[in-house]
Amino acid sequence: MQLINHSEVQRRIDNLKDQDLYIHLEMTTGAYAAHFDSSKHPAANFITNAIIRYSHGSISGSGPYRVGLKMEQGWIYSEGLTHFEETEPERLIMAGHDSQGKLIVSLQLSREPF
Amino acid sequence: MERHILVVLPHPDDEAFGLSGTLAKHIKNGTRVTYACLTLGEMGRNMGIPPFATRVTLPSIRKKELEESCRAIGIQDLRMLGFHDKTIEFEDQDLLDAKINAIIQEVRPSLIFTFYPGYSVHPDHDATGAAVVRTVGRLPKEERPRVLCLAFAKNLEQGIGKPDVLTDVKEFLPQKVQSILAHRSQFQLAELLNTNDYMSKEIQDRFGTERFWTYSFE
Repeated sequence: MQLINHSEVQRRIDNLKDQDLYIHLEMTTGAYAAHFDSSKHPAANFITNAIIRYSHGSISGSGPYRVGLKMEQGWIYSEGLTHFEETEPERLIMAGHDSQGKLIVSLQLSREPF
Repeated sequence: MERHILVVLPHPDDEAFGLSGTLAKHIKNGTRVTYACLTLGEMGRNMGIPPFATRVTLPSIRKKELEESCRAIGIQDLRMLGFHDKTIEFEDQDLLDAKINAIIQEVRPSLIFTFYPGYSVHPDHDATGAAVVRTVGRLPKEERPRVLCLAFAKNLEQGIGKPDVLTDVKEFLPQKVQSILAHRSQFQLAELLNTNDYMSKEIQDRFGTERFWTYSFE
Protein backbone atom coordinates (compact mmCIF):
# COMPACT_ATOMS: atom_id res chain seq x y z
CA MET A 1 0.00 0.00 0.00
CA GLN A 2 1.17 3.55 -0.74
CA LEU A 3 0.05 6.87 0.67
CA ILE A 4 -2.76 8.23 -1.49
CA ASN A 5 -1.75 10.07 -4.63
CA HIS A 6 -4.72 12.38 -5.15
CA SER A 7 -4.53 12.77 -8.93
CA GLU A 8 -3.82 9.08 -9.54
CA VAL A 9 -6.82 8.01 -7.43
CA GLN A 10 -9.03 10.55 -9.23
CA ARG A 11 -7.90 9.12 -12.57
CA ARG A 12 -8.86 5.62 -11.40
CA ILE A 13 -12.24 6.76 -10.07
CA ASP A 14 -12.99 8.31 -13.47
CA ASN A 15 -11.86 5.12 -15.18
CA LEU A 16 -14.46 3.05 -13.30
CA LYS A 17 -17.53 5.26 -13.71
CA ASP A 18 -20.71 4.33 -15.62
CA GLN A 19 -20.28 0.56 -15.24
CA ASP A 20 -21.44 -2.19 -12.89
CA LEU A 21 -18.86 -2.65 -10.13
CA TYR A 22 -18.46 -4.84 -7.08
CA ILE A 23 -17.93 -2.82 -3.93
CA HIS A 24 -16.35 -3.65 -0.59
CA LEU A 25 -17.03 -0.86 1.90
CA GLU A 26 -16.07 -1.23 5.52
CA MET A 27 -15.54 0.66 8.72
CA THR A 28 -14.50 -0.80 12.05
CA THR A 29 -13.20 0.20 15.45
CA GLY A 30 -12.21 -3.41 16.10
CA ALA A 31 -13.83 -6.23 18.03
CA TYR A 32 -11.55 -5.60 21.02
CA ALA A 33 -12.20 -1.84 21.29
CA ALA A 34 -14.35 -2.07 24.42
CA HIS A 35 -12.29 -4.93 25.91
CA PHE A 36 -9.19 -2.73 26.00
CA ASP A 37 -10.98 0.51 26.91
CA SER A 38 -14.52 0.36 28.28
CA SER A 39 -15.15 3.98 27.26
CA LYS A 40 -14.87 2.92 23.62
CA HIS A 41 -17.90 1.88 21.61
CA PRO A 42 -17.20 -1.11 19.38
CA ALA A 43 -18.67 -0.58 15.92
CA ALA A 44 -18.11 -2.19 12.57
CA ASN A 45 -19.84 -2.44 9.22
CA PHE A 46 -18.96 -4.12 6.03
CA ILE A 47 -20.75 -4.77 2.79
CA THR A 48 -18.94 -6.92 0.32
CA ASN A 49 -19.58 -7.72 -3.34
CA ALA A 50 -22.73 -5.62 -3.64
CA ILE A 51 -23.12 -4.26 -7.18
CA ILE A 52 -23.12 -0.50 -7.67
CA ARG A 53 -22.74 1.99 -10.53
CA TYR A 54 -21.80 5.66 -10.24
CA SER A 55 -22.02 8.44 -12.77
CA HIS A 56 -19.67 10.81 -11.01
CA GLY A 57 -17.03 10.36 -8.36
CA SER A 58 -14.23 12.30 -6.73
CA ILE A 59 -11.60 12.29 -4.03
CA SER A 60 -11.34 15.29 -1.74
CA GLY A 61 -9.28 16.59 1.18
CA SER A 62 -5.58 16.81 1.89
CA GLY A 63 -5.16 13.56 3.83
CA PRO A 64 -6.83 11.64 5.26
CA TYR A 65 -9.03 11.81 2.18
CA ARG A 66 -12.74 11.54 1.48
CA VAL A 67 -14.34 9.87 -1.51
CA GLY A 68 -17.89 10.46 -2.76
CA LEU A 69 -19.52 8.47 -5.54
CA LYS A 70 -22.81 9.74 -6.99
CA MET A 71 -25.24 7.04 -8.08
CA GLU A 72 -28.52 7.38 -9.92
CA GLN A 73 -30.50 7.02 -6.69
CA GLY A 74 -28.01 7.75 -3.95
CA TRP A 75 -24.48 8.19 -2.71
CA ILE A 76 -21.51 6.25 -1.47
CA TYR A 77 -19.30 8.14 0.99
CA SER A 78 -16.10 7.21 2.76
CA GLU A 79 -13.89 9.33 5.03
CA GLY A 80 -10.49 8.65 6.55
CA LEU A 81 -8.75 7.07 3.57
CA THR A 82 -4.94 7.20 3.72
CA HIS A 83 -3.57 4.47 1.45
CA PHE A 84 -4.19 2.92 -1.96
CA GLU A 85 -2.73 -0.01 -3.87
CA GLU A 86 -0.73 1.36 -6.76
CA THR A 87 0.02 -2.06 -8.26
CA GLU A 88 -3.66 -2.84 -8.96
CA PRO A 89 -4.47 -0.98 -12.19
CA GLU A 90 -7.84 -2.66 -12.81
CA ARG A 91 -9.26 -2.32 -9.30
CA LEU A 92 -9.34 0.58 -6.87
CA ILE A 93 -8.16 -0.65 -3.47
CA MET A 94 -8.18 2.03 -0.78
CA ALA A 95 -7.91 1.95 3.00
CA GLY A 96 -7.53 4.22 5.98
CA HIS A 97 -5.04 3.18 8.65
CA ASP A 98 -4.61 4.70 12.11
CA SER A 99 -1.28 5.71 13.66
CA GLN A 100 -0.62 2.08 14.70
CA GLY A 101 -1.22 0.82 11.16
CA LYS A 102 -4.59 -0.72 12.01
CA LEU A 103 -7.26 -0.62 9.34
CA ILE A 104 -10.17 1.68 10.21
CA VAL A 105 -11.92 2.03 6.88
CA SER A 106 -11.71 0.50 3.43
CA LEU A 107 -13.27 1.23 0.05
CA GLN A 108 -12.68 -1.12 -2.85
CA LEU A 109 -14.14 -1.17 -6.34
CA SER A 110 -13.69 -3.87 -8.96
CA ARG A 111 -15.26 -5.17 -12.17
CA GLU A 112 -14.91 -8.71 -10.75
CA PRO A 113 -16.08 -9.93 -7.33
CA PHE A 114 -13.56 -9.77 -4.48
CA MET B 1 -0.76 -38.91 27.40
CA GLU B 2 -3.39 -37.72 24.97
CA ARG B 3 -3.87 -39.85 21.88
CA HIS B 4 -5.19 -37.17 19.56
CA ILE B 5 -5.91 -33.50 20.26
CA LEU B 6 -8.37 -31.47 18.19
CA VAL B 7 -8.08 -27.67 18.28
CA VAL B 8 -11.09 -25.68 17.02
CA LEU B 9 -10.53 -21.92 16.81
CA PRO B 10 -11.82 -19.26 14.40
CA HIS B 11 -8.78 -17.12 13.54
CA PRO B 12 -5.19 -17.71 12.47
CA ASP B 13 -3.17 -16.52 15.55
CA ASP B 14 -5.78 -17.66 18.12
CA GLU B 15 -3.50 -20.64 18.74
CA ALA B 16 -0.34 -18.58 19.23
CA PHE B 17 -0.81 -16.76 22.54
CA GLY B 18 -3.25 -19.11 24.23
CA LEU B 19 -2.06 -22.65 23.71
CA SER B 20 0.92 -23.00 21.37
CA GLY B 21 3.17 -24.01 24.29
CA THR B 22 0.71 -26.62 25.51
CA LEU B 23 0.39 -28.05 22.00
CA ALA B 24 4.19 -28.15 21.51
CA LYS B 25 4.47 -30.00 24.84
CA HIS B 26 1.85 -32.62 23.85
CA ILE B 27 3.42 -33.03 20.40
CA LYS B 28 6.84 -33.67 21.96
CA ASN B 29 5.18 -36.42 24.01
CA GLY B 30 3.99 -38.07 20.81
CA THR B 31 0.43 -36.75 20.60
CA ARG B 32 -1.08 -36.06 17.19
CA VAL B 33 -2.74 -32.64 16.80
CA THR B 34 -5.42 -31.63 14.30
CA TYR B 35 -6.11 -27.89 14.14
CA ALA B 36 -9.40 -26.84 12.54
CA CYS B 37 -9.18 -23.10 11.86
CA LEU B 38 -12.59 -21.80 10.85
CA THR B 39 -11.67 -18.59 8.98
CA LEU B 40 -8.62 -16.92 7.47
CA GLY B 41 -9.03 -13.85 9.69
CA GLU B 42 -9.66 -11.86 6.55
CA MET B 43 -11.26 -8.94 8.42
CA GLY B 44 -8.29 -8.40 10.75
CA ARG B 45 -7.26 -4.79 11.31
CA ASN B 46 -3.51 -5.13 11.65
CA MET B 47 -2.02 -4.78 8.20
CA GLY B 48 1.68 -4.37 9.04
CA ILE B 49 3.70 -1.19 9.63
CA PRO B 50 3.78 0.40 7.14
CA PRO B 51 0.72 -1.47 5.88
CA PHE B 52 1.81 -4.29 3.54
CA ALA B 53 -1.53 -6.09 3.41
CA THR B 54 -4.81 -5.04 1.79
CA ARG B 55 -8.28 -6.45 2.22
CA VAL B 56 -7.58 -8.31 -1.04
CA THR B 57 -4.24 -9.85 -0.08
CA LEU B 58 -4.87 -10.43 3.64
CA PRO B 59 -6.47 -13.91 3.36
CA SER B 60 -3.49 -15.40 1.50
CA ILE B 61 -1.00 -13.64 3.79
CA ARG B 62 -2.74 -14.94 6.91
CA LYS B 63 -2.98 -18.45 5.44
CA LYS B 64 0.81 -18.52 5.00
CA GLU B 65 1.32 -17.13 8.49
CA LEU B 66 -0.94 -19.82 9.93
CA GLU B 67 1.00 -22.55 8.14
CA GLU B 68 4.26 -21.12 9.46
CA SER B 69 2.89 -20.97 13.01
CA CYS B 70 1.78 -24.60 12.78
CA ARG B 71 5.25 -25.63 11.57
CA ALA B 72 6.79 -23.79 14.55
CA ILE B 73 4.53 -25.65 16.99
CA GLY B 74 4.87 -29.00 15.19
CA ILE B 75 1.16 -29.40 14.38
CA GLN B 76 0.87 -32.29 11.94
CA ASP B 77 -2.64 -31.73 10.56
CA LEU B 78 -4.04 -28.27 9.74
CA ARG B 79 -7.56 -27.92 8.34
CA MET B 80 -8.82 -24.59 7.03
CA LEU B 81 -12.60 -24.75 7.03
CA GLY B 82 -13.24 -21.75 4.78
CA PHE B 83 -15.74 -19.76 6.82
CA HIS B 84 -15.61 -15.95 6.66
CA ASP B 85 -14.17 -13.87 9.49
CA LYS B 86 -16.81 -12.11 11.67
CA THR B 87 -19.66 -14.32 10.39
CA ILE B 88 -19.43 -17.41 12.63
CA GLU B 89 -22.29 -16.30 14.91
CA PHE B 90 -24.50 -15.83 11.83
CA GLU B 91 -23.58 -19.08 10.07
CA ASP B 92 -26.04 -21.88 9.59
CA GLN B 93 -25.53 -23.77 12.88
CA ASP B 94 -26.31 -27.14 11.32
CA LEU B 95 -23.59 -26.60 8.72
CA LEU B 96 -21.08 -25.43 11.32
CA ASP B 97 -21.84 -28.27 13.73
CA ALA B 98 -21.75 -30.85 10.92
CA LYS B 99 -18.25 -29.72 9.84
CA ILE B 100 -16.98 -29.95 13.41
CA ASN B 101 -18.72 -33.28 14.01
CA ALA B 102 -17.21 -34.75 10.83
CA ILE B 103 -13.70 -33.97 12.09
CA ILE B 104 -14.49 -35.36 15.56
CA GLN B 105 -15.78 -38.59 14.00
CA GLU B 106 -12.72 -38.82 11.77
CA VAL B 107 -9.92 -38.15 14.27
CA ARG B 108 -11.70 -39.32 17.47
CA PRO B 109 -9.86 -36.84 19.70
CA SER B 110 -9.25 -37.63 23.36
CA LEU B 111 -9.11 -33.88 24.07
CA ILE B 112 -10.52 -30.78 22.34
CA PHE B 113 -9.33 -27.18 22.80
CA THR B 114 -11.66 -24.27 21.93
CA PHE B 115 -12.90 -20.95 23.36
CA TYR B 116 -15.23 -20.84 26.35
CA PRO B 117 -18.61 -19.72 24.93
CA GLY B 118 -19.69 -16.39 26.40
CA TYR B 119 -16.30 -15.57 27.97
CA SER B 120 -14.02 -15.09 25.01
CA VAL B 121 -14.67 -11.45 23.99
CA HIS B 122 -14.79 -11.78 20.19
CA PRO B 123 -18.15 -12.92 18.74
CA ASP B 124 -16.34 -15.44 16.50
CA HIS B 125 -14.59 -16.93 19.56
CA ASP B 126 -17.84 -17.32 21.49
CA ALA B 127 -19.69 -18.76 18.49
CA THR B 128 -16.90 -21.26 17.77
CA GLY B 129 -16.86 -22.45 21.38
CA ALA B 130 -20.64 -22.71 21.37
CA ALA B 131 -20.56 -24.85 18.21
CA VAL B 132 -17.99 -27.22 19.71
CA VAL B 133 -19.94 -27.52 22.96
CA ARG B 134 -23.20 -28.18 21.09
CA THR B 135 -21.55 -30.82 18.93
CA VAL B 136 -19.74 -32.62 21.75
CA GLY B 137 -22.85 -32.35 23.94
CA ARG B 138 -24.78 -34.40 21.35
CA LEU B 139 -22.33 -37.31 21.61
CA PRO B 140 -23.17 -40.16 23.98
CA LYS B 141 -21.65 -39.36 27.38
CA GLU B 142 -19.07 -42.14 27.24
CA GLU B 143 -17.81 -40.95 23.83
CA ARG B 144 -17.31 -37.30 24.76
CA PRO B 145 -13.71 -36.10 24.67
CA ARG B 146 -12.62 -33.72 27.40
CA VAL B 147 -13.10 -30.08 26.32
CA LEU B 148 -10.62 -27.47 27.59
CA CYS B 149 -11.44 -23.82 26.91
CA LEU B 150 -9.49 -20.61 26.50
CA ALA B 151 -11.18 -17.54 27.94
CA PHE B 152 -10.20 -13.95 28.60
CA ALA B 153 -13.33 -11.85 29.21
CA LYS B 154 -13.18 -9.38 32.09
CA ASN B 155 -16.06 -11.02 33.97
CA LEU B 156 -14.45 -14.46 33.87
CA GLU B 157 -14.04 -15.15 37.55
CA GLN B 158 -17.61 -14.23 38.49
CA GLY B 159 -18.93 -16.44 35.70
CA ILE B 160 -16.72 -19.52 35.50
CA GLY B 161 -14.23 -19.12 38.32
CA LYS B 162 -10.50 -19.63 38.07
CA PRO B 163 -8.90 -21.79 35.40
CA ASP B 164 -8.64 -25.38 36.60
CA VAL B 165 -5.83 -26.45 34.23
CA LEU B 166 -2.53 -24.57 34.31
CA THR B 167 0.25 -25.75 32.01
CA ASP B 168 3.85 -24.74 32.54
CA VAL B 169 5.21 -24.17 29.03
CA LYS B 170 8.50 -22.42 29.85
CA GLU B 171 10.43 -25.23 28.19
CA PHE B 172 8.46 -24.60 24.99
CA LEU B 173 8.85 -20.81 24.78
CA PRO B 174 11.05 -21.03 21.66
CA GLN B 175 8.17 -22.74 19.80
CA LYS B 176 5.63 -20.35 21.31
CA VAL B 177 7.54 -17.19 20.42
CA GLN B 178 8.12 -18.51 16.88
CA SER B 179 4.39 -19.19 16.59
CA ILE B 180 3.57 -15.64 17.70
CA LEU B 181 6.19 -14.14 15.39
CA ALA B 182 4.83 -16.16 12.44
CA HIS B 183 1.70 -13.98 12.52
CA ARG B 184 3.64 -11.05 11.13
CA SER B 185 0.64 -9.11 9.85
CA GLN B 186 -1.09 -9.30 13.24
CA PHE B 187 1.40 -8.33 15.87
CA GLN B 188 3.71 -5.44 16.42
CA LEU B 189 7.06 -7.16 16.72
CA ALA B 190 8.92 -4.43 18.58
CA GLU B 191 7.79 -5.44 22.05
CA LEU B 192 9.03 -8.99 21.53
CA LEU B 193 12.24 -8.13 19.73
CA ASN B 194 13.36 -6.08 22.74
CA THR B 195 13.32 -9.23 24.81
CA ASN B 196 14.78 -11.66 22.35
CA ASP B 197 15.98 -13.94 25.13
CA TYR B 198 13.33 -16.64 25.55
CA MET B 199 14.61 -17.30 29.03
CA SER B 200 14.23 -13.72 30.23
CA LYS B 201 12.02 -13.29 33.27
CA GLU B 202 9.67 -10.96 31.38
CA ILE B 203 8.92 -13.51 28.64
CA GLN B 204 8.70 -16.36 31.16
CA ASP B 205 6.23 -14.46 33.34
CA ARG B 206 4.14 -13.26 30.45
CA PHE B 207 4.03 -16.41 28.31
CA GLY B 208 5.29 -19.24 30.50
CA THR B 209 1.93 -20.52 31.79
CA GLU B 210 -1.18 -21.35 29.77
CA ARG B 211 -4.60 -21.43 31.43
CA PHE B 212 -7.69 -23.46 30.58
CA TRP B 213 -11.18 -24.04 31.91
CA THR B 214 -12.62 -27.55 31.68
CA TYR B 215 -16.09 -27.36 30.15
CA SER B 216 -18.66 -29.20 32.24
CA PHE B 217 -21.48 -30.81 30.29
CA GLU B 218 -23.43 -31.56 33.46
